[in-house]
Parts: sequence; C-alpha cells; structure tokens
Amino acid sequence: MRVSILQKGDYLIVSLQSSLNDGEFRQLRNRLIALASQISTKGMIIDVGKLDVMDSFATRILGDIADVSQHRGAPTVLVGIQPHIKFSIAQLGLDIEKFEIALNLEEGLALLKND
Amino acid sequence: MKSNKEKKGKIFSLGSDHDLVTIRKYGKGLAARMGFDKNNRTLISTAISEICRNVIEYAGQGRVKIEISDDEKNCIMITISDSGPGIEDVSKALQEGYTTGKGLGVGLPGAKRIMDEFEVQTCVGEGTTIRMCKRLGLDSD
Repeated sequence: MRVSILQKGDYLIVSLQSSLNDGEFRQLRNRLIALASQISTKGMIIDVGKLDVMDSFATRILGDIADVSQHRGAPTVLVGIQPHIKFSIAQLGLDIEKFEIALNLEEGLALLKND
Repeated sequence: MKSNKEKKGKIFSLGSDHDLVTIRKYGKGLAARMGFDKNNRTLISTAISEICRNVIEYAGQGRVKIEISDDEKNCIMITISDSGPGIEDVSKALQEGYTTGKGLGVGLPGAKRIMDEFEVQTCVGEGTTIRMCKRLGLDSD
C-alpha cells in the first residue's frame, strides 16, 4: 500500500504517497482503526498532498478514520490539500468539518499541540 | 504512442476500482490535452469518479466513453452506462444527501453541478446512461 505511517512522539503521521484506489483506501481505514486500538496518540495528521482527486468516497473513508480517532480523543488534521483539490471539494459540496486543516506537517503539528 | 483516434476519445469497460482509476486518469489526460486548466481537469476527473463509483456500487459493471465532441471541439463528453437496476426517482437521486447506498449522497448532484451539461436516462430494471460534458472557456480556462 502506498502509504507511510509514522509515530512522532504523541502523534501519528500518515502520508498518502500517491493516489489510492478504493480498495487501498479501505485497507488504510482498517489499518488505522486497528492501530487506534493498539497505540495511544494525541492526534493524527494525514498528508493528502499527493492525491489527484478527493471525491466523496475518499472523504467518507478519511471521515471514518477521523471519527475513530476523535472517539479516542485524538483530532485529525488534513495537510497538503492542493488548491485544485480544495476547489473541487467546494464545488462538490463535500463536508470536511470532521477535520482540522493545516497547510503542511509543521503547521499541523503546531495545531495539534495547541489543541 | 497514442493513435489519432485515441487522442480524440476512448471506450472503457468499468468493473473494478482499478478500472475507475484508469478511466479517471484518461479523462484528466484528455482534458489536459484539450487545454482545460488544473481546477477544471480535477473537476472533470472527480465527476467521472463519482459516477463510475455509482456504477460499480449499484450495477457492478458498465461502460464509459470519454471523447472530444464531434460538434464542439472545446467540449469533453463523457457517457457512462450500465445495465443495472436503474434509478427509481431521478429527481430524488439528484438531491444533496440522498442515497440508497453507503455513500454521502453527493455524487450525482455534485457531478451535475460540476459539469456544464448533465443528462440522465434510466429505466428501472434495465439500466442507466449518464451523459455529461464540460466546455473550455466558460469560466477561467
């Protein structure tokens, strides 16, 4: 799977290294849900900078991940959303309120530390 | 090397996640060759993704044609058809948030909003064909 998952102190950093197909998104969700029950984190950052499309399916799966993480008291920050992806999210009317948004990893970590 | 015919359009079978990604990438590539800007290429690709996923979820498989319109050279046309259950109530299906599946209910209305033209032909028990197109130059291209 083209995803890297690292634990950096109290935080989990998930980097999507290329666009994922639906099966890979589901695998990612299952993997992160399993991890959530095994490790304790104060927050998760998901870098979506390499996605070529963020459609309703991707948003739903990432939302599922955010729900599970939030349930354990750990907010989820999306970073790296490209301008053309932001535009399509707005045009499609996707709700991304489950996530906090930051420009990049550094800002994402700062956001989580301030939470 | 792409043939002239392929540069103008292509027909795909749709039956898997992998097909969906292939089709979406082709659509984005054709839109790029036509001169659509990045925002619109992503919109086109997203609309294709949404409708194709509906085909896989509800019909299992279908057929997708992506081409430059013969009549309007600045228009990318996408026709997605299946022999699935059909849509019982199209106006309901086009409402935001309405879904009979597991999705968010934004695919059909969202794709309609994104594209310049959007037509649904459906018959319960027989299948659905969606034709949509986007034109260069109507906004920021």
